[in-house]
Amino acid sequence: MANIEFRGVSKRYDDGPATVPGLDLEIRDGELMVLVGPSGCGKSTTLRMIAGLESISSGDLYIGGHRVNDLPPKDRDIAMVFQNYALYPHMSVFENMAFGLRVRNFPKLGIERRVQEAAETLGLSDLLHRKPGQLSGGQNQRVALGRAMVRDPQVFLFDEPLSNLDAELRVQMRGVIHRLHHQLGTTSVYVTHDQVEAMTLGTRIAILNGGELMQVGTPLELYNDPDNTFVAGFMGSPPMNLLQVVNDGRQLSCDLLTLPHAQLQGLNRELLLGLRPEKLVYASSAPANWPRLTGNIELVESLGAEMLVHLRVGSAQLVARLAGLRAFSLGDALELAFDPAALYLFDGASQQRIRAGNAKAGVSQC
Amino acid sequence: MNTMIERLREGRAAPVKRALRDIFSWRFALLIFSALIVVYPLLWVVSLAFSGQQSLTLVQLPQDASLGQQLLALIPLPEQWTLDNFRAVLTEQPFLRWIGNSLVVALATTLVGLTLSCSAAYAFSRFRFTGRQRGLTLFLISQMFPAVLMLIPLYVIVVQWLGLGNSWLGLILVYAITALPFCVWMLKGYFDTLPYEIEESALLEGASRWTIFIRIILPLARPAIAVTGLFAFMTAWNEFILASIFMDDESLYTVPVGLRFFVSDYASEWGYFAAGSILVSLPVILLFLSLQRYLVAGLSAGAVKG
Repeated sequence: MANIEFRGVSKRYDDGPATVPGLDLEIRDGELMVLVGPSGCGKSTTLRMIAGLESISSGDLYIGGHRVNDLPPKDRDIAMVFQNYALYPHMSVFENMAFGLRVRNFPKLGIERRVQEAAETLGLSDLLHRKPGQLSGGQNQRVALGRAMVRDPQVFLFDEPLSNLDAELRVQMRGVIHRLHHQLGTTSVYVTHDQVEAMTLGTRIAILNGGELMQVGTPLELYNDPDNTFVAGFMGSPPMNLLQVVNDGRQLSCDLLTLPHAQLQGLNRELLLGLRPEKLVYASSAPANWPRLTGNIELVESLGAEMLVHLRVGSAQLVARLAGLRAFSLGDALELAFDPAALYLFDGASQQRIRAGNAKAGVSQC
Repeated sequence: MNTMIERLREGRAAPVKRALRDIFSWRFALLIFSALIVVYPLLWVVSLAFSGQQSLTLVQLPQDASLGQQLLALIPLPEQWTLDNFRAVLTEQPFLRWIGNSLVVALATTLVGLTLSCSAAYAFSRFRFTGRQRGLTLFLISQMFPAVLMLIPLYVIVVQWLGLGNSWLGLILVYAITALPFCVWMLKGYFDTLPYEIEESALLEGASRWTIFIRIILPLARPAIAVTGLFAFMTAWNEFILASIFMDDESLYTVPVGLRFFVSDYASEWGYFAAGSILVSLPVILLFLSLQRYLVAGLSAGAVKG
């Protein structure tokens, strides 16, 4: 068990721009931290720095209170699960799981017992004598998990472990990883670009973009209280609607609506309004004092229990997540309403959130 | 829909039609012609070896032979089939000793060559060090010159400086080192295809570079090592010029050098020569067949889903 602490850690290759320009982040003991972001955001580099597979250009990295910058990978007591499984193709499943213990000179009986235990937990007992080439993708990834488990390391690292699996297996393996983490309570760092994986697995999530840490928090914190438009757009599917509005000091206005707003002084002229798709409801069933907007239906994606309705409202495009099923024709006008308290306000230039509490503006006072 | 059915119906006849068209095409004719050119001398060797005689003429033509008889004499068919030549080569001549010499030299060359090239290729594939690119380029450049060009420098180095003339060690060193550039490139190419994550994973599990090399990389590279080993073996087994210059002592001759003395200024025992040639090529053919399953590489399939 250990916590991991980044203090101003940066990574640059040769003389190029920094891939990770200076990261401060604490991963607490026993939590599963998900590093999430678009490709090229530095999340994999960050993970590989923890593993010691990538050197640290500057700053300090601590694992369990010890500075590990110069510690070789094998001395960090870390196990890693790779996207392509990285199993040893010429060894049986048993040998794959036992390899790490063998090279560390574990007693033979201990190896046998640990591998059997791990195989049982992961449902691999019948496959111990097979070679990786004879197993399916999901089974291979379970072997990789088992290989990480048997060593009982301080930290688990996962590098997009489910990306090579099909959708059904991915859900299943997500469950396996979730259960394992609960059972073992080992500090884990999990890299993914999939926000659903991040939301469902993470104790906390760190969102990275271009090497910069955008926000850290529990899945719900990030979802309900995003710091900036990037986080707002990244978490949630479909992402939050963002509308450009103009602030004239008294009200916010754009093509589709005008909102009176109490404290707009001191704010930039260009602002962004954020609204989650699920906060839009049929106008007919909404309280009379909720703001309304009317748009033309461009696309309806029916998901069974609910629909995603894409609307064009003036020059803007909105997505609404509406319950139930209703027959719509494309081009139909649809009137929706929303709770003004559910609005988020972002600065147009810095893309940062303008919170009600910071005395400048209050969305809730719409 | 109708056109689809027609197309399906045609589909069954199409392969036959295509095969017929191919057979009567100029490509096929060209291939058969080239195959004949290659096979014809081989047929002569086989016929000579089994003819039991030493002369190159298999058929005794009368003085006034007709054109038909002369053309018939072009077909390499001995008047009798016998193993006499083989028996004589193996018992009356020091042929077996030469085979033994060649085996020692070739096996040692393979061993030395593989040891050096495996470790060098792994370093070239996985580590970034100064001179890496230059080293690889130099290896390539060395392959651009014909081997004869190195004859004099090699003679000076091996015989005059190292004093290894007329010894197996000298030959083994020269063969192993001349085979090295090709072997290193070949193995490096294969090592490059092995996913690096496998090694990273082993590193994290606590394995040293050496353990990874011995227990993971080498077993995975077996197909490439088999091919490279075969190449090194054949380099040493078939080589003639260097061996004939370095070796003076008849009892130390390798097979190609020994064979040469069946046909020289003082002797023309073409039958022995042919029989010996066939015997010499047997080990290589056997080796090729036994390594065949490795030559079809595919061991690392399934390691990584692409």
